[in-house]
Amino acid sequence: MLCWMRLHMKNFAKMSNRYMPHTDGDIRKMLDRIGVSSVDDLYGDVPAEVIFKEDYALPSAMSEIELRRYFEELGAKNQRLKVFAGGGVYDHYSPSVVPHLLSRSEFYTAYTPYQPEISQGTLQYIFEYQSMISELTGMESTNASMYDGATAAAETMFMMVASAKKKNRVLLSSTLSDNVKRVILTYAKFHEVDITEIPERDGVTDLSALKELLGGGDVAGVILPTPNKYGIIEDFTGVADEIHASKGYLAIYADPSALAVLRTPAEWGADIACGDGQTLGMPMHFGGPYLGFISCKSAMLRKMPGRVVGATKDASGKRCYVLTLQAREQHIRREKATSNICSNQSLMALYATIYLSLMGDNGLREVNALACDGAHYLCDKLVASGKFHLAFNKPFLKEFTLKTDIDVEALNKKLLKAGIMGPLNLGNGLVEFAVTEKRTKEDIDQLITLILEEA
Amino acid sequence: MKYYDKLIFELSRPGRKGYQLPENAYGTDALASLPESLMRSERPELPEVSELDVVRHYTNLSSKNFGVDTGFYPLGSCTMKYNPKINEEIAAMPEFTELHPLQDEASVQGALELYYNLQQALANIAGLAEFTLNPYAGAHGELTGLMVMRQYHKSRGDHKRTKVIVPDSAHGTNPASAMVAGLEVVEVKSKPNGSIDVEDLKPLLDDTVAGIMMTNPNTLGMFETEIVEIAKLVHNAGGLLYYDGANLNPMLGKVRPGDMGFDIMHINLHKTFSTPHGGGGPGSGPVGVAKHLIDLLPSPHVAKDENGRFYIEHNGENRLGSVSAFLGNFGVMMKAYAYILSLGKENIRNVGPMATLNANYIKESLKDDYLLPISGVCKHEFVFDGLKDKSTGVTTLNVAKRLLDYGFHAPTIYFPLLFHESMMIEPTETESLETLDEFIDVMHQVAKEARENPDMVKGAPHTTLISHPDETSAAKKPILSYKQMKQNA
Amino acid sequence: MSKVIEGLRYAESHEWVKVEGDVALVGISDYAQHALGDIVYVDMPEVGDEVTAGEDFGAVESVKAASDLFSPVSGEVVEINEELEDSPEKINEDAYSTWIMKVKMSNPAEVDALLDAAAYEKLCENE
Repeated sequence: MLCWMRLHMKNFAKMSNRYMPHTDGDIRKMLDRIGVSSVDDLYGDVPAEVIFKEDYALPSAMSEIELRRYFEELGAKNQRLKVFAGGGVYDHYSPSVVPHLLSRSEFYTAYTPYQPEISQGTLQYIFEYQSMISELTGMESTNASMYDGATAAAETMFMMVASAKKKNRVLLSSTLSDNVKRVILTYAKFHEVDITEIPERDGVTDLSALKELLGGGDVAGVILPTPNKYGIIEDFTGVADEIHASKGYLAIYADPSALAVLRTPAEWGADIACGDGQTLGMPMHFGGPYLGFISCKSAMLRKMPGRVVGATKDASGKRCYVLTLQAREQHIRREKATSNICSNQSLMALYATIYLSLMGDNGLREVNALACDGAHYLCDKLVASGKFHLAFNKPFLKEFTLKTDIDVEALNKKLLKAGIMGPLNLGNGLVEFAVTEKRTKEDIDQLITLILEEA
Repeated sequence: MKYYDKLIFELSRPGRKGYQLPENAYGTDALASLPESLMRSERPELPEVSELDVVRHYTNLSSKNFGVDTGFYPLGSCTMKYNPKINEEIAAMPEFTELHPLQDEASVQGALELYYNLQQALANIAGLAEFTLNPYAGAHGELTGLMVMRQYHKSRGDHKRTKVIVPDSAHGTNPASAMVAGLEVVEVKSKPNGSIDVEDLKPLLDDTVAGIMMTNPNTLGMFETEIVEIAKLVHNAGGLLYYDGANLNPMLGKVRPGDMGFDIMHINLHKTFSTPHGGGGPGSGPVGVAKHLIDLLPSPHVAKDENGRFYIEHNGENRLGSVSAFLGNFGVMMKAYAYILSLGKENIRNVGPMATLNANYIKESLKDDYLLPISGVCKHEFVFDGLKDKSTGVTTLNVAKRLLDYGFHAPTIYFPLLFHESMMIEPTETESLETLDEFIDVMHQVAKEARENPDMVKGAPHTTLISHPDETSAAKKPILSYKQMKQNA
Repeated sequence: MSKVIEGLRYAESHEWVKVEGDVALVGISDYAQHALGDIVYVDMPEVGDEVTAGEDFGAVESVKAASDLFSPVSGEVVEINEELEDSPEKINEDAYSTWIMKVKMSNPAEVDALLDAAAYEKLCENE
């Protein structure tokens, strides 16, 4: 007993952590039940040579007070800016109701709704989420969400290849944003999908080049953006028909917030819509978490990756919801699954659902109107100054690209000092601005003053 | 309390609203000037509800959920440990949530420092050289790690290595990830105790093998005692070892995957490092690698220069590419790092041992009523093959549903596939002896009920809000939206 | 106890074949439908597809299981059972009168290599 106590005291000298409730007495009682004399005995089957005996290179345990202080100090090394850039992430406003409801721990401390009887909360909000995204994209079926827009686009590529039997080529518009393209290309490289980029002309997808590429007859699918990486709303009239005539599929990568006003992927004749949900009020949070969405026509449903929630009835006839179409998924299909994804960004889907419930169609339209008016105001003023020119004379919503001779890096350094995130530098004198409903006219006037001073 | 089953759409009334935006100060209507042909013709049918409608609706929905904060959640392989509240507050700090991922590096030094420190901390905890925090989830980490594996052989001009060995007991995600990464799966047999059959492994190790994917402890919660030998065999054959971090929790404080010979691994921050599962996500699945694989990790990656400034690396000719649009689920990483700092170098030593102690305590307490196919000390989890008394016809599914009546979440059921009635129990280190005893009592009670009143157990659950949902008709005629529900009504 | 009927030929992967001239009707056995449970979806090939003996041509799904379908014969798909698109449960109701596809065989001799009823029954007993 003495021997055991000594071992125990040595190993659990600092055993007073608030996340581990074991008292010395508890440990002893449990070891007795198990029939071993020390906790170390539970690792008796581990070869001694792989037991880690050194100290971890970590700081000593922190109390909450110390923890707060540490993160406050780190936070002080960051600068919160007035953001005038996008590039796939936009500084939209989210009503305080959203984070409040998300902080209900019945939502965030649950796992995947494997047991529908005690997961109706999660299952129902995912059903509502699927319904709302389907409304925005115009598509019939939406999954429970993916990791982010870029991975959703990569999975969309797989979906098209799997649907278009025996074809392995996917066309990407050059006007798809670069950070989405990079991920698609990585997935394609390893999965051995042939990717061809459709060139751009005047800031939009070169549709005659697309037509030519389709002529090969080997195209499984095409991914086009709305709005595109320059902020331009492209015109895809007739494109879907041409792609379908060559027995390929059309996917449109879309900003779901903008789809409250823009022509939907369904209206363009697309078979799949995908994109990133960040624009639905989600905090920018230095890159995540956001969510990716995939919506499709019913005919492609069985090839869609990821979780799906369906409505049904219970034994007493009550309306309820379950995970469905699971036979497509990895835990059943293993290497023949539609994807390896076995989760969703559930809490972010709840985020989007609550945001869309609050905003409704009218609110989302107003968000787009404010952003669109602000962006056009800024664009007009900059062009009027003579220091900037329209890079492309094409319609845009909240993001636009201009051409300039001024030193963009120097300008952005100066703006940073004034607490502003300036435009993205696309190179070759191209700069891209974005405006959301969070920016006031005064903010924009201040930006213009600072920019024109510089020039 | 009244049963609440409305959809948010059913609360909608035209003209009602739950938002207020600033007046339009521009005096223009730019939307109206956009070409008609580029605008949507039909309005989306989104709810029109007041703020209070929304608050009550989702509060009501939350009450139909069971989380770790509700009760014991012994879901095997998922590590449903307590999610500390301070971590939620820290992750919500506006000094971090309001950062744009493309901001000038000078303006995000605090965020990059945190990111860098987490990369370093995980490397130390794993016994590996470097981590990428880009992957969004465990499965995403697996995919990324297997891409590293392939990239390694490709970069050496070794194009033959296209097979990955996966134990037949592995979770379905392993072979699915291999398929997405363009690798061919070869199964290696498990011995009756669930560990890899080294004799079956040896002949598989030829020059077409890229590597092997394993967990340790394995899917049955048993430590692979021959791991050192396996590592030697695989390395000698030119392959790499991948560690699926799903079962890392019992190793915390005791064994580092790198020291066992693993070259690549992923960690589920939402399992081992306490970040909430969020109803299915967001998680985070960082991938760590040994020294010779550092250059292959995906971009972007965070590094530190000689002046102590943090910066984002995008390029590197060997990098496998990008698997995420930006740096990954940064908000999740903040919570994990806060947890690591709360534990500190002292308490992290106790995580694995206490998780293992809890699992063994339950196992030994229940093996009289439940069939324990493999005896001996387990690690953080173990598997029962259903009730010991098979004469009643009560299945693992029945037991799982009956547990819901008693206010416990069910264990993982029918996985692993090695047994017909698998019931996988993982208590985690954050549960107290009293909670474990309550669970043990209830499990005994259910076994007693199965003997005395099997039909009652077969009809469970009896007290949940809904019971026995019709999953067959849900799969046969999928209704996936409110619109489809109305069309079917 | 699942049914095996005389006059059909069986594959070890539990598909049956009924030969009508140079066309083979292909379905799954009663044993297979039992093992799967309530069938909710049948993934069928398209008319005109070429199938090869021993290779997969589709899948059957129940709520929590899925099974690939392997063609017992080689040839061209000349018809698929469209009724299964809306009523996959037909397979559960009567596995042997519910064919999934008709194949115009390119090598009718392949049928000879399949199991007869007695051999298949034995196979099922041993599984």
